[in-house]
Amino acid sequence: MSAPLHPGYADDRVRLLIEKLPCRETQLNTLLALMGEPEQYCYPSIFIYGHRATGKSYVIQTLLRELELPHAVVSCVECVSAGILFEQVLRSFFGSAYSSSNALPRKPSLSDFIRLYRQLCVQFPATQTRYIILDKAELLRDMDANLLPGFLRLQELVEDNVTVILLSEIVWDKFRPNTGCFEPLLLHFPNYSKAELQQILARDTHPAYSPELYSSYINILLGVFYSVCRDLRELRHLAALNFPKFCEPLETGEAKEKDAHKLWRNIEPQLKKAMQTVYLREVSSVQWEEQQSAEGEVAELRGLSSHDHVELPYYSKYLLIAAYLASYNPARTDRRFFLKHHGKIKKTNFLKKHEKTSNHLLGPKPFPLDRLLAIFYSVVDSRVAPTASVFAQISSLVTLQLLSQVSHDDQLDAPKYKCAVSLDFIRAIARTVGFDVVRHLYDFLLRPDRHADRACRRVTTCPLLLILSRRTLSFQMYAGPPLACDSPIPAASRFLRPPDVSEKMQK
Amino acid sequence: MSKRKSKDIHLPAGECLSQVQRLLRERFCHQQLPVGPFGFESQHKHLLELLKRTAVHGESNSVLIVGPRGAGKSMLLNCVLKELMEMNEVKKNILLVQLSGLLQTDDGIALKEITRQLNLENVVGDKVFGSFAENLVFLLEALKKGDRSSSRPVLFTLDEFDLFAHHKNQTLLYNLLDISQSAQTPVAVVGLTCRLDVLELLEKRVKSRFSHRQIHLLSAVDFQGFLRGVELQLRLPPDFPDRRFAEDWNAGVEALCEDKSAEAVLRKHFNSSKDFRSLHMLLMLALSRVTVSNPAIRPADLLEASRLCTSDAKANVLHGLSILELCLVIAMKHLNDVYEGEPFNFQMVHNEFKKFLQRKSHSVHNFEKPVVVKAFEHLQELELIKPMDGASVRSQKEYQLVKLMLDHTQIMEALQKYPQCPTDVKQWATSAFG
Repeated sequence: MSAPLHPGYADDRVRLLIEKLPCRETQLNTLLALMGEPEQYCYPSIFIYGHRATGKSYVIQTLLRELELPHAVVSCVECVSAGILFEQVLRSFFGSAYSSSNALPRKPSLSDFIRLYRQLCVQFPATQTRYIILDKAELLRDMDANLLPGFLRLQELVEDNVTVILLSEIVWDKFRPNTGCFEPLLLHFPNYSKAELQQILARDTHPAYSPELYSSYINILLGVFYSVCRDLRELRHLAALNFPKFCEPLETGEAKEKDAHKLWRNIEPQLKKAMQTVYLREVSSVQWEEQQSAEGEVAELRGLSSHDHVELPYYSKYLLIAAYLASYNPARTDRRFFLKHHGKIKKTNFLKKHEKTSNHLLGPKPFPLDRLLAIFYSVVDSRVAPTASVFAQISSLVTLQLLSQVSHDDQLDAPKYKCAVSLDFIRAIARTVGFDVVRHLYDFLLRPDRHADRACRRVTTCPLLLILSRRTLSFQMYAGPPLACDSPIPAASRFLRPPDVSEKMQK
Repeated sequence: MSKRKSKDIHLPAGECLSQVQRLLRERFCHQQLPVGPFGFESQHKHLLELLKRTAVHGESNSVLIVGPRGAGKSMLLNCVLKELMEMNEVKKNILLVQLSGLLQTDDGIALKEITRQLNLENVVGDKVFGSFAENLVFLLEALKKGDRSSSRPVLFTLDEFDLFAHHKNQTLLYNLLDISQSAQTPVAVVGLTCRLDVLELLEKRVKSRFSHRQIHLLSAVDFQGFLRGVELQLRLPPDFPDRRFAEDWNAGVEALCEDKSAEAVLRKHFNSSKDFRSLHMLLMLALSRVTVSNPAIRPADLLEASRLCTSDAKANVLHGLSILELCLVIAMKHLNDVYEGEPFNFQMVHNEFKKFLQRKSHSVHNFEKPVVVKAFEHLQELELIKPMDGASVRSQKEYQLVKLMLDHTQIMEALQKYPQCPTDVKQWATSAFG
């Protein structure tokens, strides 16, 4: 007779478990070995950590359910107060005995819980180890300070055969209170490897197609997403969502199941697009499916973060642009940008050292209202009277959270603001009013000794162009190749103009 | 196994091991130790004497037991209490009240608990008391037998004593220690704490009422003593049902303690911590590997257990990150090197990452900024990076200053073991500047 896999548990049950928990056999065996036979004591508290969707809750819950061990599963997200947590534990261990007899008082403390647990425990002593599973245990830290240390040594406090299992994505080091506490036993659930992901994902095949086809589809999907996302749940969702598109050429008869390359060419751009939309939750999966079915018309999929849906009044746009310039340019460079005869100011010399790092790396700086208005008047086309409507537009920009007020509300005479939009956003806004923001930004300024700048000077000396206002000039210069904003923003002193622009101007 | 006839009972191997597991698990998980406090004989004697004086002669006392976590404070106290309760003259006489700073979080709850543990709920009834002290005195008064001389001594044990010092006005501590000073009811107050500076936490009026008697549990065992401790913990008692098996097991334990590799593991453990709790964790992990096919703890089991105990959790988490997230961590590492640990924001990290992509990367592709933001947020969720100031600050999330919570060496070590790490990413990490 061969030895049982795990003493105390029926072999077929254990085999069924291994079947149900693919690729988690090592973890399962470690857990079963730690738990020992049902009547034996287990370590008072076990802390299981691992990334999202590595099967922490699933393994534990399936294990306890299949082996029919007494357990209470509590998700800490649901527990807005400790009382709910206590009640769930007591109810799942003692059932009717708990509800009929003395219930917990209102706003129960840990002391009440322990007292009641002990009372009930005398009536119903544990014949098998009881398990309390606290899912998302990191939230316990935000509850009363005594709760986490209390649960960790619960076995000692209630004097019952009970084990607390904590599940979390965060490492134990972040949990330890100041003066320390009972150290739980740590167990790590590693991620599924690529091969394991492939194996699990290939399990849910489509009935109409062969498993090999689905498997090759999963292979393509992992090729696109694996370097970004290792979350099984997310990948599964994406796989299900994009499979109809993958099968399209098969249905129309354009390709056969063996034409792997053709299928791949068809689906790859689709998956890449999905990464920018569905994966980021920019569009819902319903929208995504609708868009896929609306074949033919070039329906550009717009996410929440695309800037085209923001519609602002004319002056508000200029106000926002002015605010952006005020936030990202040092105040003393204003002369250079907004004064006609600013004289020769060399870029590198007159700024302090800390001003040399790009503001686009450090973030927006606060500015006073006066400066905002001064820049606004110098950038806006027509003459605008400083009426109440302009001020009202400023405060509505604050309400829209495009600007944020940094000074206190009681400072009426000189409020300070910060611009809270991104460069891409402000470029989109500026395009609608025909204003070139990049030209007015100190971070994208040219170094004077570059040949590109010499070309620039040559252009301005040309008599014909002199009549053009500076804004239109700059607009022409940048009309062709857009300045690549996706390229890294260098420290200002190192900035190089994109080569193609300068070449063009030299001609 | 053997067909030899003997007087002992022979159990099948599975049964024996089940017994072993039950017995040893009770030791490691439920603190039911085979021997008394190991290495703390003098402290044990001191405490026992002290409590006996209260119990028998009605002398009031207060004492603090101070020692690091897992050093055996509760174990020592429990041993002493058990011994005390076995004495005939004490058992009928003394009343025990056990409080814990974790449970009784304020003095109101503590008082209710005292009432309950003294079985005085019906005496108190619906009475309303003016002050805490009045209430406590009433409780102790109720315990008196009639004449002043023969009231029953009460033994208070306060686990996590330092937490009681945080209660408002330290009312409970004040009253308990006050009673222990005055010649009212005989009480003994035993506090357990892991804070050496616990007396600093006490208010002046509380401190002056404390007897300043402290028992320190600072383990002074050397490695040989530690090894003997391990052996004692693993040994089976002589009353084990199957004596042959017990002998085999004990011989196995002795062999284990003499084995070179096992000794190396234990020495490593001894050098990092001497306390009982972490030793129990190690032995528990080793014990869980004992099965019918492997009926003794081998050095390899101990090695494996120690590997589990000491594995670096953060490195484990790093191994599970996607390539993109790993790249961001490396970018942060470079920023940390360049700016000497100054906090940074997402823009800087992204900028650093893009520089890498432009110059050296062959295996990592360019990702849209929102995708990178998502990866960054995931790192924040995992608390590998931590925002400098609270979330209340209204600033764009790209510009919120964060700090990397990882060590330089941690990152490099994790990178070495990262499954299928592209070589250019590895090179980028090891290169001195960006």
